[in-house]
Amino acid sequence: MIKAQRAEGGTWLPFARRRAVRFLTSLWVLVTASFLMIHLIPGDPVRESLGLGAPPDVVEARRAALGLDEPLPVQYWNYLTGLFRGDLGTSLVSGTPIGDLIGDRLPATVRLAFLAFLFVVVVAVPVGVGMAILTKGGRRRGGELAFTSTSVVLAAIPEFLLAVGLVSVLAVQLNLFPVAGDDAPGSWVLPVLALATGPGAVLARIVRVELLSVLGNDFVRTARAKRLPARLVYLRHALPNAVTATLTLGGMMLATLVAGTVLVENVFAWPGLGSTIVGSIQQKDYPAVQGIVLVYGAGVLLVNLVVDVALALLDPRSTIREA
Amino acid sequence: MRAALRSPVGLASAVLLALLVLLAVFAPMLWGDRAAAIDTDALQQGASAEHPLGTDQLGRDILFRVLVATRLTIGLALLATVIGVGTGLLLGSLPAVLPRWAARIVTSAVNIAVAFPGLLLALFFAVIFGTGTVGAVLAIAFAIAPSFARLTQTLTAGISGRDFIKAARVCGVGRFRLLVRHVLPNIAEPLVINATLAAGAALTSFAGLSFLGIGVQAPSYDWGRLLGEGLLRIYLSPASALGPALAVVLAGLAFNLFGEAAAAAAGGRRRWRGKPVPHHESTVDDPGDGLLTVRNLHVTFPGGITPVRGVSFTVHDGEMIGVVGESGSGKSLTALAVSRLVEHPGSVTADRLDFDGRPLRSIPDRDLGTRLAMVFQDPMTSFNPALRIGRQIAEVSEVHQGLSRGDALRKATDRLRAVRIPDPGRRAGQYPHEFSGGMRQRAMIAMGLMGEPKLVIADEPTTALDVTVQREVLKLLARIRTERSAAVLLISHDITVVAQTCDRVLVMYAGRIVEELPTDELFTAARHPYTTALLAAVPDLDTDRDAPLAVIPGRPPEPGEITAGCPFAPRCPLAEERCRTEEPELSALSDGHRVACWKSEKELALAATGGTR
Repeated sequence: MIKAQRAEGGTWLPFARRRAVRFLTSLWVLVTASFLMIHLIPGDPVRESLGLGAPPDVVEARRAALGLDEPLPVQYWNYLTGLFRGDLGTSLVSGTPIGDLIGDRLPATVRLAFLAFLFVVVVAVPVGVGMAILTKGGRRRGGELAFTSTSVVLAAIPEFLLAVGLVSVLAVQLNLFPVAGDDAPGSWVLPVLALATGPGAVLARIVRVELLSVLGNDFVRTARAKRLPARLVYLRHALPNAVTATLTLGGMMLATLVAGTVLVENVFAWPGLGSTIVGSIQQKDYPAVQGIVLVYGAGVLLVNLVVDVALALLDPRSTIREA
Repeated sequence: MRAALRSPVGLASAVLLALLVLLAVFAPMLWGDRAAAIDTDALQQGASAEHPLGTDQLGRDILFRVLVATRLTIGLALLATVIGVGTGLLLGSLPAVLPRWAARIVTSAVNIAVAFPGLLLALFFAVIFGTGTVGAVLAIAFAIAPSFARLTQTLTAGISGRDFIKAARVCGVGRFRLLVRHVLPNIAEPLVINATLAAGAALTSFAGLSFLGIGVQAPSYDWGRLLGEGLLRIYLSPASALGPALAVVLAGLAFNLFGEAAAAAAGGRRRWRGKPVPHHESTVDDPGDGLLTVRNLHVTFPGGITPVRGVSFTVHDGEMIGVVGESGSGKSLTALAVSRLVEHPGSVTADRLDFDGRPLRSIPDRDLGTRLAMVFQDPMTSFNPALRIGRQIAEVSEVHQGLSRGDALRKATDRLRAVRIPDPGRRAGQYPHEFSGGMRQRAMIAMGLMGEPKLVIADEPTTALDVTVQREVLKLLARIRTERSAAVLLISHDITVVAQTCDRVLVMYAGRIVEELPTDELFTAARHPYTTALLAAVPDLDTDRDAPLAVIPGRPPEPGEITAGCPFAPRCPLAEERCRTEEPELSALSDGHRVACWKSEKELALAATGGTR
């Protein structure tokens, strides 16, 4: 791979530059959107959050504390410099710094998303590969139909509804797993299942379709003409060529998975960012919402960046393709 | 869209959608009162015969509440979809009418927004628009809009290069009018299908927001809100949460599946049909055992399509045999069949199919991989783009000869040198896209030389190459044959290529061999009208350059349309009644010369010499 990059050095550098520019632009748009959020709210967010009966001096004090009495450009400047210092403001409800709140809650969310992602990859990819091999050339039409319809249905069930179903059957009725929280052993099983099933079904389908189309290529026939064992034909020759498309779509799926944590955490009372943001929205704790939106958004951008870089490493030609 | 109803999935989802609409219209009228009826004697009950889904904290029946909530749920989802799709269409088609700089801003804004999952966008907008029904509708609408804008842009860009758009532009149609009259109607179908899918997504996202408590607020209730309330009582009565959840899943599925069915119907499906063809028994009896002995070979595909019908020939050690014929004559499939590479659903049968003294079927991969080499038509696609050339060549020895990775690579480098690739050490470390077509084809031959090939099957090895490179590759094949005493089966549609290099020629037409003869007799003693026509179509120095190039009128039959009689009869100048009803067998004319034609040798000879040549 290292050598390949050097050989492709001509396209690698422009790619890195283009990709960095896009990441930074998106990040800037995200930061600006999160800053503007509080100003886009119709009416007076301070009055809104304190309730209509709040005395005027309290409202003024809160406004000053939020820095909302300054001119907009000054506020924007303060917001940006604050971000660079790692200062995300303080919560209107608890008075704690938002940075601490996020630092407190983020690990649980990351753990949940990571486990779900791991589950998706470890289960869905082999299933997709297996189904492609079993059904290639129009074999086993029945199996193909069963697989396709199952995956369509699984993919169409939103994660939070699946979560409710899992809780009521496996936790409440069969008592196999804890209903909520993250402290009991095995408590992560249901949230991870709820989060991973839909994306897993989608990925398995993508892997199968991609692998089938790769198996139709001339070079697969060449590999067979070399009389390689089936294992090598599939794993060494076919699968790597299905990675590009799988990873592209898988990246989008991963971003959706990050967002899905919000709902799933709320079903399972998982102590992560997702349950925090919903509470903050309901309590009109705007600085907290701003901060958490920023974290989620940055997470999604980071996932997209990592996927693009991984694509470029695995398949040097992908550095030319976009643009 | 109507075609979607023809598939079972499309029909089922359409019925489900119709049911939902009926419920949305009538449920509140029929059961509105019972859904609101407070029963203090039945607070928070579990599922029972009277209350199948239990009751809530005020004793209201949850089943009725779910049914009645259909109207609000579906209505809000559709409202959000309409606003979202409208906004998306506007954003997506704006770049077509705006000045360039403004169009770029809109496009990149849409591109950035699309990167974020819909739910995050919905949460963001829910904060701005405030919690509550109106806020949630707008939030979901704006979350749908970016992906729709992107879709519109893509589709618009896809058709803006088409001729009718260009024509309209030439006629001076304004940009706005162009968009509304010419562009939008032509991308309407995919937009409608995607709007259906978006409605399903809106429904589930709305349920999500209401479930989180930032959508519909009490005392109004939709499925999401009922679900959120039900989850609080999940220990008492799982059914109170499962009921609304199931409703959301079913409704979401109905929209999704209908959208998918419509998309599938719009995409169109091809069906493969074919007529069954009677199998022909070849009566050629040539007892000679060769390196490759093929007797009565058939390759069949489902539907009775038989592109190779009773082919028999023999390749002896060190011989170079050419197979010629137009595309579709079955020559490539014959090559695949004798190298055991025909894949399911194709099936190969033969009275005899022996290679190197053993039935081909029984030869272990290790032996076949080292003794039978293949060279394919398109060197651009026949190498794996993700692996280095050296590695792909070395693989043969690693797998079949037990060489270590390093030794195998050294051997591969040596073989690259043998096929005259300059600087083979460096070249072995390169990827296929760094090789030229001719070099790739030589590398492919080098791959075959890793073992001790007794037979090289080259399927149109020069078709994709320049004329000068073609000669080099042919010379290389001829050299391998003399240096390594390997037999070569050269398949080509170009009779001159075969004439220059081979000892014997097999002429194939419509899945059968119609003539077999030594190459040195090709220009003097070819007898089959198809062979003579092929020869006549080759221009040479004596060809009258003012006359049009000779062609064979008509086209060869498809494997599915072969009927009784000689398949060449419709194009044959000599055809008579018998040719149209009975198919001639391949029979010996003289030693080493076989032809499948009803005409007598004399008639054929007369036609061949008195023809256009």
